Amino acid sequence: MATVHEIDTGGHAPALEARNLSVFYGEKQAVKDVSLVIPAHQVVALIGPSGCGKSTLLRCFNRMNDLVIGARIEGEVLFHGQNLYDSDVDPVEVRRRIGMVFQKPNPFPKSVYENAAFGPRIQGFKGDLDDLVEESLRAAALWDEVSDRLSESAYTLSGGQQQRLCIARTLAVKPEIVLMDEPASALDPIATQKIEDLIWELKERYTIVIVTHNMQQAARISDYAAFLYMGELIEYGPTDTIFTNPKEERTESYVTGRFG
Amino acid sequence: MAESVRSGGRSRRRSGEKSLDEREPLDLRPRGPQHAEITALAREAVDETGAEEPREPPIRLGAQTTLGERRRRTLGLAFHVLCAGAAMVGVLSLVVLLGQVLHDGLGQIDRDFLTSFASRIPERAGIKAALVGSLWMLALTAVIAFPLSVGAAIYLEEYAPKSWITTTIQTNIANLAGVPSIVYGILGLALFVRAMGLGRSLLSGALTLSLLILPVIILASQEAIRAVPDSIRQAAYGLGATRWQAVRLQVLPMALPGILTGTILALSRAVGETAPLIMIGALSFVAFTPQGPLDQFTVLPLQIFNWVSRPQEEFRQLAAGAILVLLAMLLAMNGVAIFLRNRYQRRH
Ligand SMILES: Nc1ncnc2c1ncn2[C@@H]1O[C@H](COP(=O)(O)OP(=O)(O)OP(=O)(O)O)[C@@H](O)[C@H]1O
Ligand SMILES: [Mg+2]
Repeated sequence: MATVHEIDTGGHAPALEARNLSVFYGEKQAVKDVSLVIPAHQVVALIGPSGCGKSTLLRCFNRMNDLVIGARIEGEVLFHGQNLYDSDVDPVEVRRRIGMVFQKPNPFPKSVYENAAFGPRIQGFKGDLDDLVEESLRAAALWDEVSDRLSESAYTLSGGQQQRLCIARTLAVKPEIVLMDEPASALDPIATQKIEDLIWELKERYTIVIVTHNMQQAARISDYAAFLYMGELIEYGPTDTIFTNPKEERTESYVTGRFG
Repeated sequence: MAESVRSGGRSRRRSGEKSLDEREPLDLRPRGPQHAEITALAREAVDETGAEEPREPPIRLGAQTTLGERRRRTLGLAFHVLCAGAAMVGVLSLVVLLGQVLHDGLGQIDRDFLTSFASRIPERAGIKAALVGSLWMLALTAVIAFPLSVGAAIYLEEYAPKSWITTTIQTNIANLAGVPSIVYGILGLALFVRAMGLGRSLLSGALTLSLLILPVIILASQEAIRAVPDSIRQAAYGLGATRWQAVRLQVLPMALPGILTGTILALSRAVGETAPLIMIGALSFVAFTPQGPLDQFTVLPLQIFNWVSRPQEEFRQLAAGAILVLLAMLLAMNGVAIFLRNRYQRRH
C-alpha cells in the first residue's frame, strides 16, 4: 500500500526525497512506508500526535537513527540522486550536509565561540574561523546579544539564546538542509518568536524540516505540512491546504485540535 | 518522549516514564476510611447547605498516637543511636591510630630521615630508598594503568556492541575488582618475574599493581563516561563528528575529572599495597635508589613491614616515622581527588 504523495512543489527542486521508508525498533514499526518529497528552500513541518514517528522520520533524513540501538531502516532517502542508505555512503558526511537541531538546547560545556567553531574545526576548516563564527552567530540572530561574551561559557546564556547558539553551531557547518526537532518547545513565547522569525529568514539559504507540536506554529512558519499518524503519512501538501481544506478526515480533526 | 540516541553501550530509554501531562495530579489529601467518612458527612452537610466545596477535614497530628506507634519511634531512635555509634567507631579508631603514630613518629622525621638509606644502626637509618621506590612505583603504575583502563572504559561505553561478550567482559571486570591482592602477586610472580623474565624489578611490581587497580579505574572511568549526557553526543554527531572526534573532543573532557578522581584513588591504594610486592620478591633492605624500571627496589610499606618486625624499640619508631610519610602521601593524593571532584561538581 505504497501511497506516494506526489505533491505540487511549485517549481522547487526536490532537496530530499523519501521512498517507501520504514523504520523498526526491534519488532515495532515506528514509520510505515512513508514516501514524500521535501522541496528545496521551503519549510516543511512534520505534525502529528505524540509517538506517531515524527522524530524517527526526521532522524532518517541525516542518518541519526544509525546511533539508536535496535533501529532498522528500510527504503530509500534520496539526496542529490544518491540514496543516503547506500552502503558506500558515509553517515558522517551526510550529517555534515544535513544538520540537526534538537528539542532541548544542548550546547557543549564550552565557550560560545568554541560551540560555534566546533563543527568547522572537526572538518579541518582552513579559512578565518573568527569570521565564520561571527557569520554563523549573525545568521542565527544571536550576534548582537553575545558579541561581547564570546569567551563565556555557553551555559551562562538563556535557554532561547542557547537554542539559537545550537542553530548557529549547525549553520557554521554550512549544511544544505537543517532538521529541527521541536526546536522551540522548551522555550518561552518570546524566545519561540525569535526562533520562528529566524526560521523564516533561514529559508532563503537552507531547506528546513521542522517537527512541531504547535499547530499555530506549523501554520505560521511552514510552506508544506506532513501529517503523520501511527507511523503512516496520512496527508502531505501545502500548509494552507492541510490547515484549511484537508482531504482526510483524520487530518482535519487533528489540526482543529479534536484529538492528539 | 526520550529518544535514546546512543553511540554504543546500552540504550537508556526510560520506557515506563510518563510525560508530565499524562501523570495524574498529585493528591495530597489524607486517605483512609476515616477520611472517606468525614468527606461523606461533609458532602451531606454541603448538600443541605448548598455550599459548593466540602471543606478539608483538619489534620490532627499526634491525636492518634497508639502503643504501636510509640514503639516504632523508640526503635527508630535506637537505630539512629546505633548507626551514629558505628560511625564513631570508625572516627575514633582513626583518631587513636593517628595519635599513636604521630606521637611515635613525628620526632623521627627530619632531613636525615628522608635522605638516608636503611641501616642496621637505627640512628643512621632513613627511608630514602623506600620513598624513591614508592615514587617510582607510583609513576610507573600510573603510566601503565591509566591508558589501559581509560581505553577499556571508552571501548566498553562508546564502542562495544551490545552482545554477550561485552556483558561477560563487564561482569568479569566487576569480579576482578574483588580479587584479593595477594592473588595478583602470585600472577605477577609467575607472569612478569618468571615467564617474561623481568626479575624482581620495579617494572614487574608496577605491572602487577597495574593489574590490581585496572578494574577499579575502569569501573570509575565507565561511571564518569556514562554520566556525560547523551545530548552532548547527539550534538557532536549531528555536527558531523566521527565517533572518535565526539569521544575525544566532547565526551572525554567532560568525563576527565571523574576519571582522574578514580585513578588517583586507585593509585593511592596501589601505593599502600604490600602483599603482592612481597610475593614478587621485592627487597625490604635496600641501600641504593633505583636508576631505571628494571632495577630492584623497595617501597614504603615494605620498609615499614621490615622495621616493625624487628625487636628493637628504635626500629618501631622509625616505622612510625615512615608510616607518617606514607600517610601524608596518601592523604595528599586523596586531597587532590576530592579537589577535582568538587571542582567538577561545581561546574555542572
Ligand atoms: N529508541 C527507541 N527504541 C524503541 N522504540 C522507540 C525508540 N524511539 C522511539 N520509539 C517508538 O517509536 C514510536 C515513534 O517515536 P518518535 O519519537 O518518533 O515519536 P514522535 O512523533 O517524535 O513523538 P513526540 O511527539 O512525543 O516526540 C513511538 O511509539 C516510540 O515509543
Ligand atoms: Mg519527537
